[in-house]
Amino acid sequence: MSAREASAPPHRRNAVLDRLRESRIFQGLALISPANIYLFFFMILPLAMIVVLSFQSRGSYGEVVFRFNATNYTRLLDPVYARILVYSLGVGLGTTVITMLIGYPLAYYIARSPARQRSLLLFLILVPFWTNFVIRIYAWIMILRGGGLLDSLLQWLGITQEPLGLLYTPTAVMIGMVYEFLPFMVLPLYTSLEKIENALLEAAADLGAPPWRAFLRVTLPLSVPGMIAGTILVFIPAMGMFVLPDLMGGAKTLLIGNVIRNQFLTARDWPFGAAASMILMLMTLLLTLYYTRRAGFSEDLLV
Amino acid sequence: MPGEYAVELRDVVKRFVTPEGRDLEAVNHVTMHIRNGEFFSMLGPSGCGKTTSLRLIAGFEWPSSGEVYIEGEPQGHRPPFLRPVNTVFQSYALFQHMTVFENVAFGLEMERASKEEIRSRVGRALEMVRLMGLDRRHPKQLSGGQQQRVALARAIVKTPNVLLLDEPLGALDLKLRKDMQLELKALQQQLGITFVYVTHDQEEALTMSDRIAVMSQGKVLQMGPAVEIYERPTTRFVADFIGEANFLEGRVKSLKGDHAVVTIAAWGTDIAGLSTTKIEVGDKVAVSIRPEKVRLSDAPAAVENCLECVVSTSTYIGSDTHVYLDVRGQRMKVWEQNRTSRLDPRSIYRAGATAWITLPRENTLVLATD
Repeated sequence: MSAREASAPPHRRNAVLDRLRESRIFQGLALISPANIYLFFFMILPLAMIVVLSFQSRGSYGEVVFRFNATNYTRLLDPVYARILVYSLGVGLGTTVITMLIGYPLAYYIARSPARQRSLLLFLILVPFWTNFVIRIYAWIMILRGGGLLDSLLQWLGITQEPLGLLYTPTAVMIGMVYEFLPFMVLPLYTSLEKIENALLEAAADLGAPPWRAFLRVTLPLSVPGMIAGTILVFIPAMGMFVLPDLMGGAKTLLIGNVIRNQFLTARDWPFGAAASMILMLMTLLLTLYYTRRAGFSEDLLV
Repeated sequence: MPGEYAVELRDVVKRFVTPEGRDLEAVNHVTMHIRNGEFFSMLGPSGCGKTTSLRLIAGFEWPSSGEVYIEGEPQGHRPPFLRPVNTVFQSYALFQHMTVFENVAFGLEMERASKEEIRSRVGRALEMVRLMGLDRRHPKQLSGGQQQRVALARAIVKTPNVLLLDEPLGALDLKLRKDMQLELKALQQQLGITFVYVTHDQEEALTMSDRIAVMSQGKVLQMGPAVEIYERPTTRFVADFIGEANFLEGRVKSLKGDHAVVTIAAWGTDIAGLSTTKIEVGDKVAVSIRPEKVRLSDAPAAVENCLECVVSTSTYIGSDTHVYLDVRGQRMKVWEQNRTSRLDPRSIYRAGATAWITLPRENTLVLATD
């Protein structure tokens, strides 16, 4: 006890406070409470609100009528919405698969490049992020529209005579999605691949594995954490993406994200939008869980 | 012809380009013949070319010129997976995503062996390295010594005729290292295959090898059994690198067969010794004698090479006493074995005491200075 403490007027020691202060549980809770409070107010509470909202109904003027029912969910079983959901799933999966097919060789090439080249290549992958997302989409619109850059180039080369009419088709949406999400697949894959030390491949060769077998038995399994991380980073946003399909797909391409947006902004049927959001979230969660479990994902996700 | 040598390097050169753009000969015209069933070590400081030579045998590098032969067959540009040798890596290079069993079985799977064969051969390999019962663990659940043995088992399960080992004991603590040295030697004799071992630890090389190649800066300086390397080094580098040695600079005064008389530059007087290499009268040489070979006494003896000296200091090691002397301005060291247990130090070990040392001619080597 310091001199200052000894000379201060003695005050009563609160037994309860003391016990709280000593308790490990309380200490732990106190330490995580800032994060917990943040999480509660910005994640759990809004989520709970959406869940509650999804079981209510729309009044005639667009207001929310609080009457607990599940009609929103039964409405979603309508084939129209089912088709949209399936289509969204397809876009999400398609984007994931195509970015994986393109991204893996790309990441592999970068990981095997000499150090100086590597920084340059990674830099090139990251540069598009410095430009606004919507502007990049408009750039693609300029390229893909009838009479745009792509058409002009192909006609000038003599490969086609007529405009391709790529814009406002599902193909255009896929091109845009893959372009947007490719870095999210390449970077985790690269991180995973770069960690594989050369000695491992030498050991595999030493033990009799030709390069293709060394790839299948050593490189590929060790890059699985990267593949999982890349999938999560691509699939989840891609499922719910609506800006890009809106701009590049025209009115013909409707995804679940568009539906949700329409409900909240145009149709003003918030409960229905909330229900659609819940379905989207559940689908994403289930698929991600299934995928990561299948890939043998435990604590090795550290990419 | 097959059967003559397990591994041969004939005038092999391996050239690299340094980051500054210069050419570096990591292996500089090296010729080696490694016999079947021997424990052969390549010994030298970092950068001497021993690891590169090993990698040239394994197939991870290809010679810039010269040829590598395994069992009489030139390897040319053959990749590692087609060569009948296996390697134990310094970093072990275990497959982290596989169990111990799968690691060891990998090589056999590449040979497309049957499941039963794999199981029995892996079991035997694990038994030989004393790792039974751990076959379901993953490498990161093992200690360093255990990981090293997995790397060993993985290489020997394929029963290669030649096993290459790249400083496999470097990461182990001293006691474990010494135990493993004996184990590896026993294993090699039990298996009867050729071991090519790379190390920078001379004690390790001396303990385990049938023959040693001492390397420096890409060249083989001397090759032979441990005794020969130690007792009859042919260059100053080898005498210095292996064990301890005293060196006295001088010039050759006269030669008769392999007996030489050298005038020591610092003293102007002569020392008689044995030459291990070709030298001429007038050559600059280094006279070398190992500390344990010098005879120390408190009275002069009527023999050649007897010199008066003053004790600078002495260190008691327990089994030995290391005595550091000033011999007419030249510093020399003598290791005396403490043959009798005296509780009082001998009078001639005290600092400042006068003593006489004798350099027996057969242990006094005259080496060319390189």
